[in-house]
Amino acid sequence: MSSILLLAATEPVAEKLLSMRPVDYVIVAIYFLVVLGIGFYLKRFANTGEDFFMAGRKMTAWIAGLSFISANLSSLETMGWSAMAYQYGALAAHAYLISGALPILFLAVVMLPFYYICRTHSVPGYLSLRYGTGAASIAGITFAFMTVAVSGASMFAMAKILHLLLDWNMNVSIWIASLTVAVYVTLGGLVSAVFNEVLQFFLIWLGSLLIPILGLIHAGGWTKMMATIQQNVKVIHPTVSGTDFTCLWRNLGTFNNPMGIDWIGMVFGLGVAVGFGYWCTDFLQVQRVIVAKNLRAAQNGTIIGAALKMCVPLIVTIPGLLGLAVLTNGHGSPMVLVAENDVRANITNRTYNDVLPLLMGQYLGPGLLGLGVTAMIAGFMSGMAGNVSAFATVWTYDVYRPLIHRNASDRHYLNMGRGASLLGVIISIGTAYMLFYFSNILEFLQVLVFFFIVPLFGVVILGMLWKRCTPAGGFWGFLTAILLSVGMWVFVHTFPDGDRPNPKVVLGSGAVVSLQDGLNSKGDKITKVIVERGTVETTNVPIWLHGRREPMAAGTLLIADADASLPAVITAKSGELIPVRVLAPEVTLAESKEPAKFGEDGLPVVLKPGVKVAAADVTKYFNPAAFNKRHQRYIARSEKAQPMAVNMYCSIWTLVACLLVTIGVSLVTRPKPDAELKDLVMGLTAMPDEGPCRWYQRPMLWATVVLLVLVAINIIFW
Amino acid sequence: MHEQRQIPVWFFIGGLLLIYGIIIIAAGLWGLAHPSDVLKRLRETDPNQSWFFYHPEIWWGFLLTALGSTYCLRFGPWRKGD
Repeated sequence: MSSILLLAATEPVAEKLLSMRPVDYVIVAIYFLVVLGIGFYLKRFANTGEDFFMAGRKMTAWIAGLSFISANLSSLETMGWSAMAYQYGALAAHAYLISGALPILFLAVVMLPFYYICRTHSVPGYLSLRYGTGAASIAGITFAFMTVAVSGASMFAMAKILHLLLDWNMNVSIWIASLTVAVYVTLGGLVSAVFNEVLQFFLIWLGSLLIPILGLIHAGGWTKMMATIQQNVKVIHPTVSGTDFTCLWRNLGTFNNPMGIDWIGMVFGLGVAVGFGYWCTDFLQVQRVIVAKNLRAAQNGTIIGAALKMCVPLIVTIPGLLGLAVLTNGHGSPMVLVAENDVRANITNRTYNDVLPLLMGQYLGPGLLGLGVTAMIAGFMSGMAGNVSAFATVWTYDVYRPLIHRNASDRHYLNMGRGASLLGVIISIGTAYMLFYFSNILEFLQVLVFFFIVPLFGVVILGMLWKRCTPAGGFWGFLTAILLSVGMWVFVHTFPDGDRPNPKVVLGSGAVVSLQDGLNSKGDKITKVIVERGTVETTNVPIWLHGRREPMAAGTLLIADADASLPAVITAKSGELIPVRVLAPEVTLAESKEPAKFGEDGLPVVLKPGVKVAAADVTKYFNPAAFNKRHQRYIARSEKAQPMAVNMYCSIWTLVACLLVTIGVSLVTRPKPDAELKDLVMGLTAMPDEGPCRWYQRPMLWATVVLLVLVAINIIFW
Repeated sequence: MHEQRQIPVWFFIGGLLLIYGIIIIAAGLWGLAHPSDVLKRLRETDPNQSWFFYHPEIWWGFLLTALGSTYCLRFGPWRKGD
C-alpha cells in the first residue's frame, strides 16, 4: 500500500492569515474618507449626460491610459494571476504580453479610430450603428447583465477574502464597500470612477511593488529563484514536476508543460481570441479611452496602457513565482498550496489564491500591511465602480433610450444614469448575497466572459474591416458563436458514463482519534486511523460492517457492536487503483487529548462502536467543476490540457465559428449601402486632421517602441 | 458662464501618498524600538540581510512622502493656469 503524505509538513492552517495593527486600520479609513470626498467634490462637474457618462470627453492621454489599465487591475486580477503563476509558472505572464500588451496595441492602432470617430457611447452602441438593433440588443442586454453580475461576484469575493485573511465580517465588508461605491459613482459618474481608478493604480503599485523587491532579495536574486522553483515544484506540483516552470515559449512545442497547452493554443486562444476579445471589445475597457479629449490622446492613452500592461507581471507574476521559491513551512520544506476545489483547501492547506496574501504577511510590517490591504480593497471597489458606471451607460444609451423611452431630455437621461448606477449597486449587492448560498454560480460567471466577449470581437472586427459584412451576418455569427461556446462548455463538463468524485473520508469536528505509527505534526507517517468517537462523512467509500458480505455504500448509521473498516484504496471501474483521501480538519487525539489536523491519501480507517457515519455514493453526469478528459481531447487536442488550456481552445473554435458564419451569411444577404457605413468601416472612414504635433506625441512612434520592447521581453525570457 | 476649474486627480493622489508616507515612516521608526512579528520572523529565517531588507517601512515611507509632496506641489489648487 502506498501512503502519500498530502503535506510536505502538515501544519495547521491559521485561523486568519494577516494581523493588522491600529496604524493599518488608520490607513484603510483614510482611503475611504478620500474616495468619498472625491465623489462629493466631483458632483458639481457632472451636470450633463456627456459629463456623467463620458466624463465630458476631456480626459488626457495619461488619465485615459492609467484608468484603462487600472479598470482591469482589480484585486481579483492580481490575486488570481499570482495564483496562476504559482500553478502554471512563467507561462502565466502571457496574460500580460501576448494576451495583454499586443491586443491593446491593436486596439490603439486599428480599432480605436472607428470607435472614436463614430462618437459611440459604447461598444453595443457601435454594433447598433454598424449592424442595426439585432446584434446590438443582444450585446447591450448581455453586457448589462454581465457587468452587474461580475460586480456582485467581485464584491462577494472581496468580502470572502477579507473574512479569510483578516476575519472581517462579510456583511460589513459588502455594505461599507458597496455604499461607498454607490455614493461616489452616483454623484460623479464616470469621472468619479476614473479618478478613483487612477488613484487605485498608484495604491496597487505602491502597495504591491515591495513584495517582489523584498522577495527577490530573500530568494537570492533571479537566477537563484528560478533554480529553487525547479527544485520545489517536484514537491509542490508532483504531477507536472518534470516540466519547465521558468520560461515563456521554449516549453510550448508540445503539451508537456505546466498548463498542458501548445503554442497554437497560446497564440490563437489566449492571444487572439481571449486577449483581442477582452481588450478590444469589452466596453468596460474601451469606455476608458473613448472619453479622451481627442483621437490622438485616446490612442496615446491606450499605448500608455499597453506599456503599463507589460509591467504588471512585476507585481503579479513574480510574486506567484516567488511563492514557489520562498514560501516554506516552519522547518524549511516548501509550502504546498492547492486549488480551491481541492478537498484539502483551507483545511490542511492554503490555496493558490492565498499566495499573494501569504507573501504580504511574510514581508509587510505595520503600516505597509495597511497600504497593501487598502490597495486590495481599492482594487475591488474600483472594479465595482467601473462595472456600475459601464452598466449605467449601456443601460441608459443602449437599452433604455432605444427600446423604452426615445427622445427624452438630456436631464432625463442624466437622472436615469444616476438611478441606474444606484440600481447597479443594489443588483450587485443582491448578486453578492446570492453567492452566499449558491457559490457554484461563481464558476458560471467566470466563463460567461468567454461565452460573450470572443463572439463580440469576431463580429466587431469584421464589421470594422469588411464593408460587405451585413446586419444578418453579424446577428447570426454572434448568436451562433455564443451558442457554440456554451455548447462546448457543456460538452467538456458532461460525463455520459458518470463522473465519480474520488473517494474521501472526512472526520467531523471534535472526533476523537487514535493514530497508529506516529503523529503527523512533524511530517511523520501515519499508517492507520482509528476513530473512537464522533462523526464521519464518506464519499464513494465502501464501509465494511462486521458480519456482512457486501459493504454499505450510502446511508447513515451508528456503528453498533463491532468495528467497521474503510479501505485505503478503491478499485475504479477502469481497474485503476485510487487511494482514499482522509481529511481531519479538527480532531482530538485520544491519548494526549490534544487537538490535531491532518490529511493523507491511502490510509485505512477503523470506526469504533458509537461512531456515527453519513455515507454518500455520488455519480454526476454533469459537473462544472470537473473536465471530461475524453471530451476535452476533441477540443483542446490533448488529455493533458489543464482547465485554462481547455478554455483557450474553446475560445479559438468560438472565434473561428463566429468569423465563418458571419462571412457566410453576409455573402448571401444584402449589405448596407456605403452611405450608412460612413465613419464605421475601413475605407469609408476619414481620419480627422488634429493638426501638427511634436514627434514625441505621435501614436505610431510609441506603438512601435512598445511593440519592440514586447518582442525583446519574449526573446529574453524565451 | 464661468466654468469652475477642476482640481487635477494628481493632487488627490499626491495628498494621499503624502499622508500615507508620513504614517508609514512613523510606523517604521516605532518598529526600530518595538520590532514587529514580521521583522522578528524575517530576522530568524534570514539573518544575514541588510538594514534595507528588514526596515522597508522607513525607506518606502520616504519614497511615498517624496512622491506625494512632488505631486501636491506640482498640481495643487494654488497653481494657476495649469
